[in-house]
Amino acid sequence: MSRLTLLSLQLLVAIVALALWQFLTTVPVFGRILLPPFFFSNPVDVGSQIFKWFSSGVIWKHLIITLWESILAFVIGSIGGVLVGFWFARQPRVAAVFDPYVKMINALPRVVLAPIFALWLGLGIWSKVALGVTLVFFIVFFNVYQGVKEVSNTVLDNGRMLGMNERQLMRHVYWPSALSWMFSSLHTSVGFAVVGAVVGEYLGSAAGLGYLIQQAEGVFDVAGVFAGMFVLSAFVILIDMGVTVVEKRLLVWRPVAVEGRG
Amino acid sequence: MAGNEQPIAVALDNASVAFRVAGDRVYTAVEQASLSVADGEFVAIVGPTGCGKSTLLNVAAGLLKPAAGSVKIFGQPLTGLNRDAGYLFQADALFPWKTAIDNVAIGLDIKGAPREQALQRAQGWVTSVGLGAFANRYPHMLSGGQRKRVGLAQVLIRDPKILLMDEPFGPLDAQTRQIMGNLLLQLWNADRKAVLFVTHDLEEAIALADRVVIMSAGPSARIIGDWRVKLPRPRDISEIRMEKDFHELHREIWSVLKDEVMKGYVQSSQAAEAV
Repeated sequence: MSRLTLLSLQLLVAIVALALWQFLTTVPVFGRILLPPFFFSNPVDVGSQIFKWFSSGVIWKHLIITLWESILAFVIGSIGGVLVGFWFARQPRVAAVFDPYVKMINALPRVVLAPIFALWLGLGIWSKVALGVTLVFFIVFFNVYQGVKEVSNTVLDNGRMLGMNERQLMRHVYWPSALSWMFSSLHTSVGFAVVGAVVGEYLGSAAGLGYLIQQAEGVFDVAGVFAGMFVLSAFVILIDMGVTVVEKRLLVWRPVAVEGRG
Repeated sequence: MAGNEQPIAVALDNASVAFRVAGDRVYTAVEQASLSVADGEFVAIVGPTGCGKSTLLNVAAGLLKPAAGSVKIFGQPLTGLNRDAGYLFQADALFPWKTAIDNVAIGLDIKGAPREQALQRAQGWVTSVGLGAFANRYPHMLSGGQRKRVGLAQVLIRDPKILLMDEPFGPLDAQTRQIMGNLLLQLWNADRKAVLFVTHDLEEAIALADRVVIMSAGPSARIIGDWRVKLPRPRDISEIRMEKDFHELHREIWSVLKDEVMKGYVQSSQAAEAV
């Protein structure tokens, strides 16, 4: 399929879905409207709500807050994950002692921590950052741990025979291997940073996309809820595209999955 | 070769290597192996699969400690890693996150050589193994033979006094092996380092080496034969196989090796049945 056909087919799906939505919420079929506008709003209302947000500029403040929370959650969670991942991988005893607790905390649905964080850190951005950190940390931690553990023994022996000391092994062998594992999970960890931020905002805040959606829901403004969802989706897609660009640059040395290693 | 006048680069004296397997059982891989490689001498070790050839090489590299016996490098007892040796591994050992030239330059980088100088010398080595145009490729973009070339340059740029090679051309196809063998001989001829070359291919061993050492089938493998190869140098690997002297030597060594190969085969199939 050529790029053009693909793109037009993808557009067609959106157009059909929107048209169907508009039709079912405004035009009566056999004397009644199938999707009551009170619950389903309609694309025109949602579109004008989005337009209003952008034209008045209200939305920027919320977008920037959510972006900041996501970035902070990602950075702090990643740094923590890398440090602890390295530490555990190089000290198997420490890893063995903490193993059940790591599993326990990771199994906990992180949403239940949101009230605690709100109590401890208030309704500002830090309680959302904390929630995002608990999500990002574990993904990065597990990947870095794996990356350090999975370094090939031959490559390590080769490094030693080439004259590397422990510090140089760290820099030239363990570190790149751990980073490559971390980068390969970049989409997931960045996605979770956003999830943490938005869920945190939804549960209690004064700004952000999650707050917008929660406010709209509070006054039964369904158009506002949908508008928030669409802005959020676009926001996530843009971030994901950014991650793809970064990933391509950082992992040039990786074989593309389709190619064999022969 | 006037072997006696040259200093001894690697001397294994009654070296035994044992591994602990499954609790208290001890598996003796190599038993009382004595072997010496003179400076500038090319020695090939041949033996049936699983006989502990690589184990012996790891002992010479200092990656493994012998349970008994001694290892001396240029007369000094070996403690820790063998800093005089370069090791070419059987498996892929290149750093996949570094380009070919960075893989070669790393040996100088970690010694603290200025980056520019390291890259310049690395480019020289990459060119002399015939990969000048591929310097900026990552290992996964290179073929198996090309990766071995990079590996060779990576080891040689450090100018080690001893070269240890563990079936380095094992995974390559027959033609590439011959080309790599000739490349190795050509590079070795320039400054004749001591080489300990492990292979399961007797023809390759005779074509390359000054001496061929035969090991018995494992466990408790021993060195059971030592032949001097008096074929003239410089050699061309594909042509030397046609010569009469080559055939005679091959027949002589093979008559000893054949029994061990059969023993090794029987043992490994019994081991498989036991499992």
